[in-house]
Amino acid sequence: MSEIENKTENGSMDGAGECAAGEPKDDKGLGLGVIFFLGAFLICFLSGWLLFPKLLYSKHEQPFNFDHKLHTEEAGDCESCHFFREDGTFSGIPDLASCMECHTDEPMGDTEDEAIFAEEYVAKEKEVPWFVYSRQPDCVYFSHAAHMMGENAKGKMDCKTCHGPIGESTTSRPYEENRLTGYSRDIWGKNIWGIKKNSWDRMKMDDCADCHVEMDGHKGYCFQCHK
Amino acid sequence: MKIDRRSFLGLGLGAAAGIAVSPVGVKLTDDSSIWTQNWPWTPVPEDGEISYENSVCSLCPGSCGISVRKIKNRPVKIEGLDEYPVNDGGICLHGIAGLQYLYDPARVKSPMRKNGDRFEPISWDEAISLVSGKLADVRDSGAPHTLGLISGGAGGSVTALFKRFLDAFGSPNVYAMPSLEDNLSLTAATLHGAGNTIGFDLENADLVLSFGAGLIEGWGSPMACFKANSARRDRHAKLYQIEPRLSNTAANADRWIPIKPGTEADLALGLCAVLLKKNLFTPGEFFGGFNRFAAVVQKEYAPEKVEAVTGVKAADIEKLAVAFAKAKMPVAVPGKGRGDHGQNLKEFAAVQTLNALAGRLNKEGGAFVMNPDSYLAFPEASMDDAAEAGAGQEKSVGSVNELVDTLNASAKPVLNALFVYNANPCYTLRDTKRVKEAFKKVPFVVSFSSFMDETAMASDVILPASTFLERLEDVPTGGGLAKTVVGLTRPMVNPIFDTKNPGDALILLAQAMGGTIAESCAWDTYDECLEEVAGDIWDALSEDGYAVVSEGAPMGTPGTDFSFLASNPASVQAGGNGDLLLVPIDNIRLAGTAPASTPFAVKTVSDRVLSGTDIVVEINPETAKGLKDCGYAVLITSQGKARVKVNFNEGIMPGVIGMVKGLGHTFDNPYVAGKGVNVNDLIGPVIEPGSGMDAAFGIKATLSKA
Repeated sequence: MSEIENKTENGSMDGAGECAAGEPKDDKGLGLGVIFFLGAFLICFLSGWLLFPKLLYSKHEQPFNFDHKLHTEEAGDCESCHFFREDGTFSGIPDLASCMECHTDEPMGDTEDEAIFAEEYVAKEKEVPWFVYSRQPDCVYFSHAAHMMGENAKGKMDCKTCHGPIGESTTSRPYEENRLTGYSRDIWGKNIWGIKKNSWDRMKMDDCADCHVEMDGHKGYCFQCHK
Repeated sequence: MKIDRRSFLGLGLGAAAGIAVSPVGVKLTDDSSIWTQNWPWTPVPEDGEISYENSVCSLCPGSCGISVRKIKNRPVKIEGLDEYPVNDGGICLHGIAGLQYLYDPARVKSPMRKNGDRFEPISWDEAISLVSGKLADVRDSGAPHTLGLISGGAGGSVTALFKRFLDAFGSPNVYAMPSLEDNLSLTAATLHGAGNTIGFDLENADLVLSFGAGLIEGWGSPMACFKANSARRDRHAKLYQIEPRLSNTAANADRWIPIKPGTEADLALGLCAVLLKKNLFTPGEFFGGFNRFAAVVQKEYAPEKVEAVTGVKAADIEKLAVAFAKAKMPVAVPGKGRGDHGQNLKEFAAVQTLNALAGRLNKEGGAFVMNPDSYLAFPEASMDDAAEAGAGQEKSVGSVNELVDTLNASAKPVLNALFVYNANPCYTLRDTKRVKEAFKKVPFVVSFSSFMDETAMASDVILPASTFLERLEDVPTGGGLAKTVVGLTRPMVNPIFDTKNPGDALILLAQAMGGTIAESCAWDTYDECLEEVAGDIWDALSEDGYAVVSEGAPMGTPGTDFSFLASNPASVQAGGNGDLLLVPIDNIRLAGTAPASTPFAVKTVSDRVLSGTDIVVEINPETAKGLKDCGYAVLITSQGKARVKVNFNEGIMPGVIGMVKGLGHTFDNPYVAGKGVNVNDLIGPVIEPGSGMDAAFGIKATLSKA
């Protein structure tokens, strides 16, 4: 007689007894389940936290190292190079012609970076393909003039509030690009949780809104920036 | 220890929980939503410094001033130029969309040579030596007069340079495409003496009697007309529109006077008859049989007779004539639609005679008989014997339409070589099959087109022209404007493709030919040539971007020669057979001549004009027996037939079918070609004796259910 037949013949009570007798076994199974749960949880949590950002962003080195500190010391403030044009538009990253106002095709210093600049770009009259850390997407209209050349204190922000102390840097850090969106990592912020400590740590819409709420009491309307 | 189902459940739940509390979820949700807002294939224009540069649009004879917005030196927007004496900030949709011509899919990207049925790209050096070699053969064969030129657009130094080239070559065979400018010049020559043209002071007139002139449909200098028309109400001026169809201009007018197509001349002469009969005319320097004219019109164009022909009531004709005579500053304006194709001298002369009889010549708000004294001062051309012989010869025929007929009729080639500049006769002239046949009769056709249009396809070599945004050129206003302004078209961008200013191509050709031809075109570049020949106005042109050559009413009152109208020339009748009459319609949204419309312009056309790829014809429901509104029909004329859609329109006279001009292109541009039919395929030319004008205002046709 097979085990199944025995079970059938012994009736349901037997079955219930067996079931009760099996409980300690099940406990062991649950324990193993918990271990598996915790293991998987830990691995996925840590991967999501530590590995995922590495996969999400691709790193690019700048064409050559740029020393902001040296340039601010030599040329003055940020606006010496990142200036407003006559019509109020912001020039952004200087083009080769702007660099050539001070530089020549002969390197001024003796760093390897300046040699690259002189040989690869100045001599060939090629624009330097800088990666722009703070580049906002095309769907965002942002006026530097409105934030910096206003008449009251609200409209006279300094560069650092959004861009951080980049003027004090001596090296160019790698540019990280989000593989999915093509955005610079600086927009979301270095912290993958999106936590910011300084005003310049993130440049997302909510960060604009936070400041606008603080300054204007209102976070602004869609078409102010999404024209 | 046994791994069972629960272990796997634990694993799965653990993984899910681990990911859920890690940043992956929130970050990917955010990123994927951003990704959908920034499709990677959406082009993002480059950012950079914004600048504005002024230039002049030369797409039509309007010659409007434009301001080109550039970002990082790349033109991104065309706007009307404020305070420019023609358009004062206004601009039409063709001008706005002008940038599309730069990147048009049909652009000829380098010189081309036809090899069998296909074109192959060649270098400029090869092209110039090929063309100059062929031209040398023509000249050496002792028949330099067999080089011809068909050009569109009347003025400017590039056209003048073409004529100079032909002069030095020894050929008088220069032909212009039908244009309002030429029609007005011919009218002025007939009535007021050669060398004149006519301008209409629409800005100041208090009653504009328009004989079908599409004042807001692209007639004359379109923006100047738009501006004058918009200011009409403020000035308390009136517009009476005489036209078979309730066009935009008619709808905008104070009065629409429906008239049977092609009878405008009869109405104008009928009005003259009333003025003469009621002694409401202003005597002037009238000669050439004024009395005979007065007798003829009062007899042949008495209001009752004119009513029978035109459909306008005799009483209305009388009232209209009186209103015209009694107005303070009336002006009568000829030229149905855009006033270029399908016009006749009788009508133009009759309308201008109305101005003369009302004493409106050279008066503010009237018709100005202007002497378009050429501002161009070319140095004397060097002529050798062949050139002298050519200069003494008569042109083979009078007009471009007659040229086409002569080419077709003759067994021997009438022309051995032909230049085509700024024109698309294989599309624009009536009965395009006839024109294409004629082109086959010319052994060597050189096109200077920017686009691979119907005529470029029918040529043997193409020397591609840079567009108006890529070249320097002087562009004088034309088309009935009451002032003459010369604008300077400046290059807004370096040529996108391997093209040249046609002036430069011509100078290269002349230099390759050598001899007196080279001496006559002894400039290194066209830009140098322009600076020299623009003479007195060059400083103004280069500094201000324009020069006003004449403004305001000219001095004195010109005489009027009545001999042409006194002979009572016959009215042109529509050809073909059928119980309906097909007439072309000019629509501001579509270019009827070269260059073809931009993709943008075609997209703005109503689906009551173009429905998908079907052309829509207008017909009055009264005459649309058995047809359905928006249904298909077959339109048949003696020239051909077309499948069309029907639009019932009570604003068109019964018995008339209206079909828009400017569709049915057949060249390689998916956004413009292959849409609708070309009305010129369905209408044959009717040459007016004497003037040589193609006077076919329409053609008899039938329309039946498809």
